[in-house]
Amino acid sequence: MTISIRSVEKQFARYPALRGVSLEVQPGELLALLGPSGSGKTTLLRIIAGLEFPEAGQVAFDDQDVTFASAAARKVGFVFQQYALFRHMTVAKNIAFGLDVRKAKDRPARAEINRRVEELLGLVELGGLGGRYPAQLSGGQRQRVALARALAVSPQVLLLDEPFGALDATVRKSLRKELRRIHNATGVTTIFVTHDQEEALDLADRVAILNQGSIEQVGTPQEVYEQPASAFVCSFVGETNRFDGAVSGGRFVCGSVSLAVDCADGPKTAFVRPHDLVVAPDGFEAQIVRVTAQGPVIQIEAQTASDQPIEISLARQDAGSIAVGLTLRLAARKIHLFDPAD
Amino acid sequence: MSSSTLTSAGPDRRARGAKTLFRRRSAISGFGLSLGVTVSLLSLVVLIPLSAVILQASGQSFSEVLAAGFSPRALGAFRLSFGAAFVAAAVNAVFGVLTAWALVRYEFPGKSIINGLVDLPFALPTAVAGIALAALYAPNGWVGQYLEPMGIKAAYTPLGVVIALTFIGLPFVVRTIEPVLRDLSADVEEAAASLGAGRLSIIGRVILPALGPAWLTGFALSFARGVGEYGSVIFIAGNMPFKSEIAPLLIVIQLEQFNYQAASTIAVVMLSASFAMLLVINAIQAWARKRSA
Amino acid sequence: MSPRSSTQDPWWVRALVLSLVAVFLGLILVLPLVSVFAEALRQGLGPALEAMSTPDATASIKLTLLTAAVAVPFNIVFGVAAAWAVAKHEFWGKSLLISLIDVPFSVSPVVAGLIYVLIFGSHGWFGSWLIDHNIKIIFAVPGIMLATLFVTFPFVARELIPLMQEQGVDEEEAAASMGAGGWMTLWRVTTPNIRWGLLYGVLLCNARAMGEFGAVSVVSGHIRGLTNTMPLHVEILYNEYDFVGAFSVAALLCLLSILTLILKGLLEMLQPQVRRAGR
Repeated sequence: MTISIRSVEKQFARYPALRGVSLEVQPGELLALLGPSGSGKTTLLRIIAGLEFPEAGQVAFDDQDVTFASAAARKVGFVFQQYALFRHMTVAKNIAFGLDVRKAKDRPARAEINRRVEELLGLVELGGLGGRYPAQLSGGQRQRVALARALAVSPQVLLLDEPFGALDATVRKSLRKELRRIHNATGVTTIFVTHDQEEALDLADRVAILNQGSIEQVGTPQEVYEQPASAFVCSFVGETNRFDGAVSGGRFVCGSVSLAVDCADGPKTAFVRPHDLVVAPDGFEAQIVRVTAQGPVIQIEAQTASDQPIEISLARQDAGSIAVGLTLRLAARKIHLFDPAD
Repeated sequence: MSSSTLTSAGPDRRARGAKTLFRRRSAISGFGLSLGVTVSLLSLVVLIPLSAVILQASGQSFSEVLAAGFSPRALGAFRLSFGAAFVAAAVNAVFGVLTAWALVRYEFPGKSIINGLVDLPFALPTAVAGIALAALYAPNGWVGQYLEPMGIKAAYTPLGVVIALTFIGLPFVVRTIEPVLRDLSADVEEAAASLGAGRLSIIGRVILPALGPAWLTGFALSFARGVGEYGSVIFIAGNMPFKSEIAPLLIVIQLEQFNYQAASTIAVVMLSASFAMLLVINAIQAWARKRSA
Repeated sequence: MSPRSSTQDPWWVRALVLSLVAVFLGLILVLPLVSVFAEALRQGLGPALEAMSTPDATASIKLTLLTAAVAVPFNIVFGVAAAWAVAKHEFWGKSLLISLIDVPFSVSPVVAGLIYVLIFGSHGWFGSWLIDHNIKIIFAVPGIMLATLFVTFPFVARELIPLMQEQGVDEEEAAASMGAGGWMTLWRVTTPNIRWGLLYGVLLCNARAMGEFGAVSVVSGHIRGLTNTMPLHVEILYNEYDFVGAFSVAALLCLLSILTLILKGLLEMLQPQVRRAGR
């Protein structure tokens, strides 16, 4: 199912949460809403779910306007950040809830519901735990129950709010793979919210990056990483070195840093990723402050002649002799230039 | 998705708009019904009847108000109600802290019974408390017979009123202080001790200041409750005009004589006092929150 | 003497505090309670039981039970509605509404009775209209019900509001996203989470409804066998110097409040979250 969000605006008591957001989500897609806290990503997700309602704009499922339809009418599956499992019900009862509350004429037979619960328990690899209560489960297991519960109603859209936010790093990684597997198995259009750029880039087909209530860029992980549309996207996605300076006569200058660019004159902000810095005899100077060698890549912290700290990632074979106190000459393989207003 | 479910929910919801004056729309239904029930019942049972007394009292001239609400007899009743409530709240402030301290810090046999008993004034009908206290403190009562030779008359005097109001107000002080005392971690005291403070200065300079807001709140709650108390007092008070007649009793007496104006005027004075107390209590609690934040 | 930690009081302080507390609570709480039963049984169990079973006494017991039977369901409906509106939704004027719900607690019971007399009494606003239509509210059972509703008004609401606010809206939103309607959500998701708090509120409401004296006294008219609740019956007997009778009915009320305290203690022990600060 296609989800169309058109110029949606949402105001909270003190601040605007969303300012004219438009977004198209393709059928079967796995999309990440990525942004810092307060960027409006959770609000957007809740508006798609029918848990909040916008002041202006439209939400459509397959060209059908659902802007003010109730959450119940939308047939979405929603996984809450803190899971919101029903404390007083067993895992099986939790999962069956969406089917149990249907009107008698739409409700599947008891046996059918039980079969569906077993199937879902199998899907999220919790077979045999149907009789437990949420309090008896680990964080990762609760997350799986929440996922199974959301899938029980066969939703046309699966929405997840910071699905791995409350989990520790190792569980997080394995559940990430799990979500990808379940998405592939069910093919349901899925949108998840995260503030973790690594999670978004790793998991999603496409990423929508939000900042202060607006979408800055929508694209594949590769696109947003390699062709960031704004200074914000460039600095939020991936590691980067930032230089505030100006372009004059085909060179960007910021203190002692000077880089060749192909751009009109004027004040600019330049971003260079650590691995886009290369050793070059005619480059600017930077003195090495600290060296961390991890596998094939050497991470270097250095300081330019004008005292700006920078980070450099060099492949071991390109690095030559590296030691704290030595001075490197550097050039940029790739530079992202933006107007300083961004 | 079936289009019927959506369109049936669609147009009327949209007509209501995304935002009304009073609220944002919520995904959880039943807001209109629950708020409607709440506000209607509150208005019918509480707010409209309460405004009646104010309207009744305001329908008279200033001199009539003075004559009814501030006659010497009424002033005497106010003095007793407020004075006795104040003394009782002060007694409770002292013994309430001791009781809370014993309940939180000490282990002793029968502790859980004492703990439950502290709430007795909440649960015991006031009339029962009234006759029990009157019987107990009457000159021939279990306690009164020992007070009599000492020249202390408890029942049927203002002292009796104080005793009844102490009974009524006790749980307010204990139950307000207790949780604060419980949350006051031993760390703070140990820190003070490690800095060389003696036991007395720990209590005086660390514990009591931390209890301050709760103590004041408990005192104010106990006082406010005492001012309006009726049932437990009238049996032990003696009810002599100018001497041992409380303000609520004067309302009843005026009402029995169909003197609605006077009854309402006294009632409005008492209502104003209790709302003033409510404001004071809220201010203390806001101050406490600010201080602890 | 064994060494004691810096946060422990010396033995003589403990002894002093405990004896002061014992004497104070003894004089103020324990002796009055004991004296009720002692006075009731002064002439043995027979006269006490007899006093409890006179026609006027049984009529007062029936009226008291009826009053509670009206006040408690009313309080549940109001309390759940108020808590649902306040805890699960955002709206303008919410904190004002919460304060207004608490108003009856800061009004003298006598004033609570007075307001209904002003409106429905024979000299009150609707007095002559009510007389013309032969409807009695004051000095009749409806007045007693109204006064009781007033004084018990906040009990369930003030238990449920903080409890439901603390529980948040996540589970209700989850239920809504799975297609459950409002009633279904209330019944299957919310109620199981608030049942102990609800029971606690009901317990306190019930005790107050059965024991209310001041407000009911003003509107009742003290008509024996008709408009006397148990506390009013106690007053009448006491004023007639029928002490055994008065204390016998009072002992019944005492038993009720002791039962209330025991149930309340059990609830607090089993479900500590229902109550943080007693009131």
